[in-house]
Amino acid sequence: MTLYDIYLIAPQLSMAALAVLVVLADLVTPRKGLVSALALAGLVAPLAFIVLHIYMPNGLLVAGTGNLAEGSGSDSMTLLTGFLPGSLAVDRFSAFMNLLVVASLGLVFLSSIDYVMKLPRLRGEFYGLMLLSASGMMLLASATELITIYVALELTTLPLVAIAAFLPNARSSEAGMKFLVIGAISSALTLYGMALLYGFSGSTTLEGIALALGGPLRDDVPFGSYAVLVGIAVLTVGIAFKLSAIPSQMWVPDVYEGAPIPMVAFLSVASKAVAFALLLRFLYSGLLPYYGDWGALLAILAAITMTAGNLAALAQSNIRRLLGYSTIAHAGYLLVGVAAVAQLGGFGGWASVDSLSPSANAPSAAALMLHSVQEGDSSIGGSFTFTTFGPSSVLFYLVAYAAANLTAFFAILAVHSRIGSDLIEDYGGVFRRFPFLAIALAVALVALIGVPPTGIFVGKIYLLLAAVKSELAWLALVGAINSVISAYYYVRIIRVMFMAPESEAVAAVGMGGIQSRTARVSPFTLVALGLTLAATVLLGILFGPVVQAAEGAVSALPGILIQ
Amino acid sequence: MVTESLAWAVFLLPLLSFLLISLVIRPFLNRFAQLSGYLLIAALAVSLALSLLVLVRSNEGADLAFPAHTWLDLGDAAIQIGLLLDPVTCIMLVVVTGVSLLVQIYSLGYMRGDAGVSRYFAYMSLFTASMLGLVLSANIVQLYAFWELVGLSSYLLIGFWHDRPSAAAAAKKAFIITRIGDVGFLLAIIYLFYHGPQFAAQGLNPLHIPDIWQAAQPLATGGAVLGGTALTLVCLGIFAGAAGKSGQFPLHSWLPDAMEGPTPVSALIHAATMVAAGVFLVARFFPLFQEAREAMMVVALLGGFTAFAAATLGLVMDDIKRVMAYSTISQLGYMMAALGLGAFGPALFHLFTHAFFKALLFLGAGSVNHATGTFNMRYMGGMRRYMPWTYVLLLVGGLSLVGIVPLAGFWSKDEIITAAWLGEGPVEPWVALAVFVLLIAAALLTAFYTFRMISLTFHGEFRGGGAQELQDAEAEGLPAPTAVTGEVHLAESPKVMVAPMLVLAIAAALVGYLANPQWVKDLLGIPGHWFSYYVESALVFGHAETAPFNWPVAAISTGVAIVGIVLASLVYLQRRPASDTGEVMEPATSAEQDETHGSAGETVPGHKHVAVAPLRSEPLAKAGPVHALLCRKYFIDELYEGLVVRRVFYRFFAGLVDWLDRNLVDGIVDLSAWMTRQIGRLFAQVQTGQVQFYGAVIVLGAVLILVGYLAFGAGMGE
Repeated sequence: MTLYDIYLIAPQLSMAALAVLVVLADLVTPRKGLVSALALAGLVAPLAFIVLHIYMPNGLLVAGTGNLAEGSGSDSMTLLTGFLPGSLAVDRFSAFMNLLVVASLGLVFLSSIDYVMKLPRLRGEFYGLMLLSASGMMLLASATELITIYVALELTTLPLVAIAAFLPNARSSEAGMKFLVIGAISSALTLYGMALLYGFSGSTTLEGIALALGGPLRDDVPFGSYAVLVGIAVLTVGIAFKLSAIPSQMWVPDVYEGAPIPMVAFLSVASKAVAFALLLRFLYSGLLPYYGDWGALLAILAAITMTAGNLAALAQSNIRRLLGYSTIAHAGYLLVGVAAVAQLGGFGGWASVDSLSPSANAPSAAALMLHSVQEGDSSIGGSFTFTTFGPSSVLFYLVAYAAANLTAFFAILAVHSRIGSDLIEDYGGVFRRFPFLAIALAVALVALIGVPPTGIFVGKIYLLLAAVKSELAWLALVGAINSVISAYYYVRIIRVMFMAPESEAVAAVGMGGIQSRTARVSPFTLVALGLTLAATVLLGILFGPVVQAAEGAVSALPGILIQ
Repeated sequence: MVTESLAWAVFLLPLLSFLLISLVIRPFLNRFAQLSGYLLIAALAVSLALSLLVLVRSNEGADLAFPAHTWLDLGDAAIQIGLLLDPVTCIMLVVVTGVSLLVQIYSLGYMRGDAGVSRYFAYMSLFTASMLGLVLSANIVQLYAFWELVGLSSYLLIGFWHDRPSAAAAAKKAFIITRIGDVGFLLAIIYLFYHGPQFAAQGLNPLHIPDIWQAAQPLATGGAVLGGTALTLVCLGIFAGAAGKSGQFPLHSWLPDAMEGPTPVSALIHAATMVAAGVFLVARFFPLFQEAREAMMVVALLGGFTAFAAATLGLVMDDIKRVMAYSTISQLGYMMAALGLGAFGPALFHLFTHAFFKALLFLGAGSVNHATGTFNMRYMGGMRRYMPWTYVLLLVGGLSLVGIVPLAGFWSKDEIITAAWLGEGPVEPWVALAVFVLLIAAALLTAFYTFRMISLTFHGEFRGGGAQELQDAEAEGLPAPTAVTGEVHLAESPKVMVAPMLVLAIAAALVGYLANPQWVKDLLGIPGHWFSYYVESALVFGHAETAPFNWPVAAISTGVAIVGIVLASLVYLQRRPASDTGEVMEPATSAEQDETHGSAGETVPGHKHVAVAPLRSEPLAKAGPVHALLCRKYFIDELYEGLVVRRVFYRFFAGLVDWLDRNLVDGIVDLSAWMTRQIGRLFAQVQTGQVQFYGAVIVLGAVLILVGYLAFGAGMGE
């Protein structure tokens, strides 16, 4: 460990330190607002370190040039010293994801100040656990080594499990329990998959695994490449828990319904985002030689996930459960971008990668960078050209989805605080009572359908184009049909808000019913809502910079491909 | 020095005003609603100064080409945000900001006290910004976006008094009819977009306007990137959009109805600027039209026909604003005809002069309305005694419209008629001759309807104004006409309204000769034929030259105009009411008259003894069926309403859709509802809530994937 190593993991460290600080502050200060302010203001530290990384990757200590934002100098810095060589990569990809995590967390904190004030207990712990989970997420975005990945995964999940069971009611406890048990099963599967990959390759780093997979097939490995396939299958199912994708998605509606709303908002956006980051890094850095196998698997999972999510959402009467199924459907769309790995080559089903026949001089050709189509370098891999299109479309979609979904959850949080209900039928008359909230929620839902001019529209076009370019036209078609299905249940909520007669829950607002209902909507929530609302729409118009950032981030994923 | 940001500021200032009014003043400071007007006026004053600076620099030959900013790169085509500061744009900038500034000052007086003042100025800001954005656009998609924004602001302003059903209907009609034309424009853009590869092969961007010009030019290797039938179709598509916006036949019927909006709106949008956007659009793509002779012919003939037909309708309207609306359509027809004849400079010159005198005429109509409480000329009369300023100013505007030496309208209209007379353009001689005949006939009619309007409004005796009109409507059991306030106060309008009219009148009188001096080398620093030379220098491709002054043509057109004026005066300037026509309105009973006097006297002290003359019959009604035909506007509205809307849409199309809806869609809806219930039930069964089951599903999923790999063969097997 040198000082430079500490500089490189400073965002994660400062996030964890902030968590400890907030919990301590909560112990010593009786003032409720101070803890919230500290948690929110403290996010400046990790944010500052990420920005420093982007503009000064070599740190203040090392003289030199290089700028992650412009892509000059080295695109990726890995921790070379220390006891776990190559365990972390600080690059444009991790910076992109970390910014998304910190921004989401900041917005969630801002929106939930009022909510946390009303928590009966454990306010400091709420912030501390959220921050700890965020530090795990940031670690996950950088992790390039199996054990680090596993630790980061657990660090991400366990604090959220605690928060899920935070509220003193049965639903919350049930949510926490299900989250924990299913999380444990997925964790076990993930670990099993990692073990198989380690057993095959003899390396715990993604780079080492890629070298071993791309190299000549060794005779001394039991079951040969089937061990790798089992590893891929099991690992994918394990990570699918974090993605909220088939077959590990059943916990989602229960947790979304029972857990505290701010935590659900954070879970649906940041946790999902880093899970996709992990998947992209794992597949594109470590398992690229097997792209034909996992590409086909993910394409099929994508189709099933989005269809199942959308169909199940049709029948929901609780808006939080509905958004739970909606998030499953969106995981399906996002998987399209992950599956859109190759532009050419025998692909589009259970494909073979014969064109990638292993050769003897494999290791010397190691560490070939991912080649984007724009560079026009098709000499690698013969009939096979990689494109950054799929992964970068995933990153863009994650940002657009974060904006729209946070808008929806903030609006639901505000409405929930007034009418005390999450039933869609109770949303009747919301427009007349809370026009801004109704309009914000309507815009968010319209955005989730993927209607222009919103970010998700651009993101969906981007994803589906990536699929078409990867000869996955059938998947693009499935995605388009699913968008149409999803319109049905999103519009239903809008119709109730704007056209249905006033529900009893709405009518009771301000009538001295439940005392929490009399409170006006917190201005902090409104500010957060305004910010995400603006982002939702602006991303549909001024998407250029974000697309460029996503492409830059993806170019940092080192794809190792052996001829 | 003109920097890019400075040019953008011309557009951004009104936009900023729009944002400030709608986001700050209207929600928080609505008590000071007049503030909105001052804000917009300040923004426009700066915009006008900047526009003049840009014009001066452009005239000096400064390099005003700025690289466009790419918004979306689509491979062969790129949607960019850019500035195209050619002479046409520079002229339009000055016209739009100048007329808009004067109209806003006038609006301060006209709209005072209206409940929606802030909303009015917000819409006006939006309109002005959109119009400026339109003329500045260097990319056809950018232009199209502003084109639609202009249409939107027009819709909002026509329907400004949205509680009046007629205003709401007029707004809808304007929006829909212009949209019909826009389909053609959009198709042209889509055509260009889909032929991106051909453009890209020549290093051109199919959406960049100068590149589109270049694409239409013949290549050295023969042919053109955009040529032949395709070019003609693209030109006709663009012309369809232009015809909708500029109220060219048969898409003209929305413009007279658009007069339901506040009068300053009519002056700015539906006379001076927005309706001229169609002419601007054709001028903008003039290098394309020049290469497509068939399209030129269509533009020329349709323009000439519109000029004539609209003028005939102007003869019989009772509503002063409707007379002017048909006059606008007719004058836009002149401009279109000029473009079709290849007379690029004269068309834009007429656009330039028309903006001033037509805005003046509309503001004058508003001023008269302010005094009489109605727009119906049958209830006006004798106003020259009460509002001498308005009378003189309107007379200047009217003479300019008619084309009397040396007022502005004469010079520009004369250039167009000369171009038709000479017929040297790209069209066939017979087309030029036909257009010439139509335009001369239209000139006669223009003189007639203009002086009919002036006679009915300002001469003779006062016939009771809005109060009398409301009484008559009540007496006949008709619903009270909308837009009639019944408040009569016979006095000159306030200075804040007269002053802008005075400025416009000076422009309408002088700008024709000053901008384009004839026979001299240099007039007060303005070189001879400055406007023509300057505007024609915009044609990077192709060529157009304004014909020199032609004495015989000037004599003919002036003669025709004078004949028209004399005829109108003979018919309408009678001392006595024509009681022998048998169709005289009953004079109001004495009791009713007392009421009228009372109300008039109450509103304006000092005008207690206004004699209310009886209504006069319409002399043109003697023409019988022709008059009836004109009064029904050639049955165009009936054609649209009865045939297109009722027969085609309601009966056939709507019937078909109704059948499909009942038999097919409902079935699908019922089916999907049934399926939804079933699927919901299914998922309710699957989603047991038992965590053991959830875990089992995960493991089952993993196993299924493994079975899949085994069954279908894995990639890396031995």
